[in-house]
Amino acid sequence: MTIMDFPTFMQQVVNSLSLGSLYALLAIGYTMVYGILRLINFAHGDIFMLGAYFAFYAITIFTLPWYLAFPVAIIFTVLFGIILERFAYRPLRNSPRIAIMISAIGASYLIENLGVMIFGGRPEAFPTIQLFNQIFSIGSVKVSGVSLLIPIVTLVVLLVLFYVINKTKTGMAMRAVSKDYEAARLMGVDVNTIITITFGIGSGLAAVGAILWGMKYPQLIPLMGLMPGLKCFIAAVIGGIGDVRGAVIGGFILGFGEIMLVAFIPDLSGYRDAFAFVVLILVLLIKPSGIMGKATVEKV
Amino acid sequence: MSLLRTENMTMRFGGVVAVSDLNVHLDKNEIIGLIGPNGAGKTTAFNMISGVYKPTVGKIILGKEEVQGGQTVTVEKDITGMKPSAITKLGIARTFQNIRLFKELSVLENVVIANHLRLESNWVSSVVRTPDYTKKETAMYDKSMALLEKVGLAELKDEKSYSLPYGMQRRLEIARALATKPHILLLDEPAAGMNPQESDELMRFIGKIRDEFDLSILMIEHHMQLVMGICERIYVLDYGITIAEGNPYEIQNNPKVIEAYLGVDD
Amino acid sequence: MLTAIAIVIIGVLLFLANMFMDNYQLRILNLSGIYIILSLSMILINGFLGLFSLGHAGFMAIGAYTVALLTTPPMAKQMNYYLDPIVPWLAETEWSFLPAILLGGVLAAIAGFLIGAPVLRLRDDYLAIATLGFAEIIRIVFTNLQSVTNGSLGLKGLPEIEIEIPLPLIGFTLNLSACIWIAAIITILFMVRLVNGSYGKAFKAIREDEIAAEAMGINVFKHKLLAFVIASFFAGVGGAFLGNIMGTVDPLMFRFLLTYNIVLIVVFGGIGSLTGGVLAAIVITAAMELLRFLDSSFDMGPIAVSGIPGLRMVVFSLLLMFIIIFKPRGIMGVREFSWQWLIELPQSIKNSSFGRKKLRKDVSK
Repeated sequence: MTIMDFPTFMQQVVNSLSLGSLYALLAIGYTMVYGILRLINFAHGDIFMLGAYFAFYAITIFTLPWYLAFPVAIIFTVLFGIILERFAYRPLRNSPRIAIMISAIGASYLIENLGVMIFGGRPEAFPTIQLFNQIFSIGSVKVSGVSLLIPIVTLVVLLVLFYVINKTKTGMAMRAVSKDYEAARLMGVDVNTIITITFGIGSGLAAVGAILWGMKYPQLIPLMGLMPGLKCFIAAVIGGIGDVRGAVIGGFILGFGEIMLVAFIPDLSGYRDAFAFVVLILVLLIKPSGIMGKATVEKV
Repeated sequence: MSLLRTENMTMRFGGVVAVSDLNVHLDKNEIIGLIGPNGAGKTTAFNMISGVYKPTVGKIILGKEEVQGGQTVTVEKDITGMKPSAITKLGIARTFQNIRLFKELSVLENVVIANHLRLESNWVSSVVRTPDYTKKETAMYDKSMALLEKVGLAELKDEKSYSLPYGMQRRLEIARALATKPHILLLDEPAAGMNPQESDELMRFIGKIRDEFDLSILMIEHHMQLVMGICERIYVLDYGITIAEGNPYEIQNNPKVIEAYLGVDD
Repeated sequence: MLTAIAIVIIGVLLFLANMFMDNYQLRILNLSGIYIILSLSMILINGFLGLFSLGHAGFMAIGAYTVALLTTPPMAKQMNYYLDPIVPWLAETEWSFLPAILLGGVLAAIAGFLIGAPVLRLRDDYLAIATLGFAEIIRIVFTNLQSVTNGSLGLKGLPEIEIEIPLPLIGFTLNLSACIWIAAIITILFMVRLVNGSYGKAFKAIREDEIAAEAMGINVFKHKLLAFVIASFFAGVGGAFLGNIMGTVDPLMFRFLLTYNIVLIVVFGGIGSLTGGVLAAIVITAAMELLRFLDSSFDMGPIAVSGIPGLRMVVFSLLLMFIIIFKPRGIMGVREFSWQWLIELPQSIKNSSFGRKKLRKDVSK
């Protein structure tokens, strides 16, 4: 155990908050898709990677200013997510679940290999944006602009998302489809549209997360989505898969857990990536339905 | 002494009481009916006896005849909360309301699999194909074929089980249960979806296997003709509560039963 | 009997291959053999039990590291561990290969037992993600055990596997290819017999309907655990060979992507078919190598095509996506090769083409 002074501790709290926010943004995409299709979208982490690269190219090659580059990158990522669903998942909608899960793995594999081919295997540096990279001092605590920006953006995005899910007609339809796919279809909900919207929202959130991620951890590689993708699926499971609030809670648990583990026990810093998996296994053994989930009984 | 007995068997799901204080007993070579409107808790009762659910309250006692010192005595065993596979090994086999065959496998394979639990060889000997294992496996196939002959499915042995007509699937499910060598057979709506002629045939079939395999049978059924024609005693459930018990004549004339089935005129 | 003859023929062919093929071709052959072991081990769980386990890379890492650590000569080990000295109990070991490979399998099987016991109660995707998680944990532990595994530096300069058969008079040594293919053939025979026997039937029953299988007296959990442990053993053995053939092991080799590779081979073959697994292992390994031309420039008649690095893997993954979407049951589905099928093949081809003609005639009428 390391004993740390208050400013250092506060800095770690801020770091945890921003990492947790990033995880939450990515985890929501997993949980929404799973809620509706019962599918682990293994390619979600790769969509996240694409979001980061889109933003990178928009700024570097197309020399757009950031306030144009980011929306463009988000739009392209959303389109990509929708196309992915249309071509890789929809044809298998009525196949056994294992087939569609394998398709997700195949899609992830394809996107990663495409990434290596098009973007190259060498890491790229995400451009720095002066506005967000200033250092703020609050008392004796020094924080970078990005670390403050991330939780704020996340909060705004989440408020909008919860509004959409809980107050709009589309949101109601989404909840209906996730509760009972068949019944919703029979009640006249256009399931295909809802699924498209779900993938769109999930990919959009992933793109927002990716851009923020790029600003905080500015190294881009085609496999950058692999580990965050796995961890955020885990965050969704910890929170109770299918539940958006759960995904947010799960994301923050992982964010705080990882940062604090390394902060307090530096000897274990090599095991940082294992933290999520250990928590996952504990949750699965103790309460497989997750923190917010409800247990289901199979009918015999 | 009875072969199977439940003592105040109760199942609650959250706040809902699916089965409340059920006391049934099944004696040797009896055929007992469990009837009641939909949602009365009949299948839940089966699921508890066969180990799929653990009762919230109550006990399930299995009686077994054993010869001790030249005398036949009944040894009782509490099977409450045991795993379904362990209960099947102790001699209680069941069928399912919505047929659960191994769909992609052949008729013969379905029955052979039900022999697996009585196979006393480990997996290594099955890979090495020891002479002992080979002998046992051949015996398994022979026994399964003999069983299929008895139930009249021998000619269909290589068909995929899902491709059988509905009535045949029901029959195969019973055959598969018989292959586990049970003393007690639980039949969950064996005549569901059958026309009167088919259910007549089924009635004779159930009587036949009871005698041939020395069984005691507990069945859930909606076809009253079948139940009244074959069951020696009947329990009637309504909303999880046992509202009547008796022989077919008593049940048919019980006002509570009539009320449960037909509703009351206000 | 026919099987025995076939094995002899394959043996002779492999012997000839060993004599006349160049190193590159031999490497493809060896990789095919290794992927046969790995894909069959995955098919046992994912195909015959209908579980979805994604933990192969972890078990392979255990096998690969066990063999690498136990068989590398002490001198070579010292050269590897320049960051942190190796733990004393491993510094001087120099086992022969056969016991090391077997121990690699056994340790992987033990890991399979320890992991399977808690997670095999989970269903479908939860199991997939939990096994994947354990595989990652194994990898991360290996990355951090600097003085045992040499951490992220990995182990280089592994001696090539060879097994001496110390028979009196005709003692001889099996080289790497021979060891791999003997292991592959043993794996095939093992799996075929296991799957066709009573236990294999029980596995299939579990795949079809867990509740009905349990009601038929099959202890579902025990059988799942048994299959999982067996599959882990073979994954460990396959991993041992894979590490050895690469000449080096490091934690990055055993990422989730390695499991992807095996999943895709298995899918290509048809998840429920051993025959498909064997064929797919050979076809895909060969195809992966044959597609290598895509990455480098080549001449296509008069036109010189400049290769695009990475294109090979893209073509490969596209190919697999097409199979998943348009032929989700793979090339074999659940069908299996049998001698009877082969003997009746000419007849059935005749019948089917005849039948088709007849059908067409009927339609045209």
